[in-house]
Amino acid sequence: MNDRPFIIAGLVVFVAFVTTPIWHGVATKNVALAAPAIKLPAQEKQCVAPVSYMRASHMQLLDEWRTDVVDAQNRQYVAYNGKVYDKSLTRTCLGCHGSRQEFCDRCHNYNGVAAVNCWECHNDAPPAGRNTP
Amino acid sequence: MKITRKHFLQLSGLSLLAVIAKKLVRGAANVAASEAATKSTRWGMAIDLQKCRQKDGCGRCITACHTAHNVPQFTDRAHEIKWVWKQPFEDVFPFAQTEYTRDVFATAPVLLMCNHCDDPPCQDVCPVGATWRRDDGVVMMDFHRCIGCRYCMAACPYGSRSFNWQDPRPAISQVNPDFPTRTKGVVEKCNFCEERLARKLSPLCVEACGGKALVFGDLEQPDSEIRRTLGSRFALRRKPELGAGPSVYYLI
Repeated sequence: MNDRPFIIAGLVVFVAFVTTPIWHGVATKNVALAAPAIKLPAQEKQCVAPVSYMRASHMQLLDEWRTDVVDAQNRQYVAYNGKVYDKSLTRTCLGCHGSRQEFCDRCHNYNGVAAVNCWECHNDAPPAGRNTP
Repeated sequence: MKITRKHFLQLSGLSLLAVIAKKLVRGAANVAASEAATKSTRWGMAIDLQKCRQKDGCGRCITACHTAHNVPQFTDRAHEIKWVWKQPFEDVFPFAQTEYTRDVFATAPVLLMCNHCDDPPCQDVCPVGATWRRDDGVVMMDFHRCIGCRYCMAACPYGSRSFNWQDPRPAISQVNPDFPTRTKGVVEKCNFCEERLARKLSPLCVEACGGKALVFGDLEQPDSEIRRTLGSRFALRRKPELGAGPSVYYLI
């Protein structure tokens, strides 16, 4: 029974250590809990797929586009509403969404998601003439 | 409901007719499809060295290609990236000259690029399938998949591949937004302008050549310009003895 103070002190230290993230969160000011303001394209109302699908699965779509273009020379994407798009990250995606920093990066940074590094090779400045219908 | 003998015979006859009609339609469709499938393509190029030599010092094809494909220009030759380039005749065809032509030909430049082989050794050695020969003869590369092991560079008998030892972006004066750049640690080479072939355009080097020294076309089509050219003039291929089967021909 002589060890009781040590055990209690040890437990206190342990609990304090385990709950550090909570204390850290409480102590840190300006925690941005609001979702980042995503700038939506002004001139276009409809993406290549419904918003819910794009939010959840844009990475699968991009992966399919890449495989289609590079492996299968299939460069046209027929959207669910019948519109035909070029399978192009720079031209089609950025052609509407404009800025990678304001569109892709904001959400990815907010969610702490490290994306595959598209922009080491792909150009994040879309050319002037947009190719989408 | 009672089916009479007459009705039964009528129905049987109609069903038989329907089956025959279906068979006929299917058969016709299959014939059309197989005709389309057997019409194969093999892209190839013929380079007229006589015409090319007339414009000595011209590098329009190289400039056009390298600007469009964001090929970096490194001053250090150890880091050099090249899709299309020139080398002296002596180096390219060491056995295609005599001691008497040497003076004239030895230093004459020969335009070089990826030969888009029939049986590309680079494809065989790539451990990740980042390079392959397409059905139309273009030897493609997937920069996404390349891990930079440089086996393909060792395997290619023509030196057509370059490795990015450093980030190429700072060495590109004007980035063409329509074509991706590459990144450090990736191999690259001429792609026969496959992005233009998809839009039914011929490669940029062919278009840029003012002297019409480059002929591009389908080697499988007997009436194509390239076949007529190759049928009427003597042409060499680089190192044919290796059996890789280059698709680039040199008109001597």
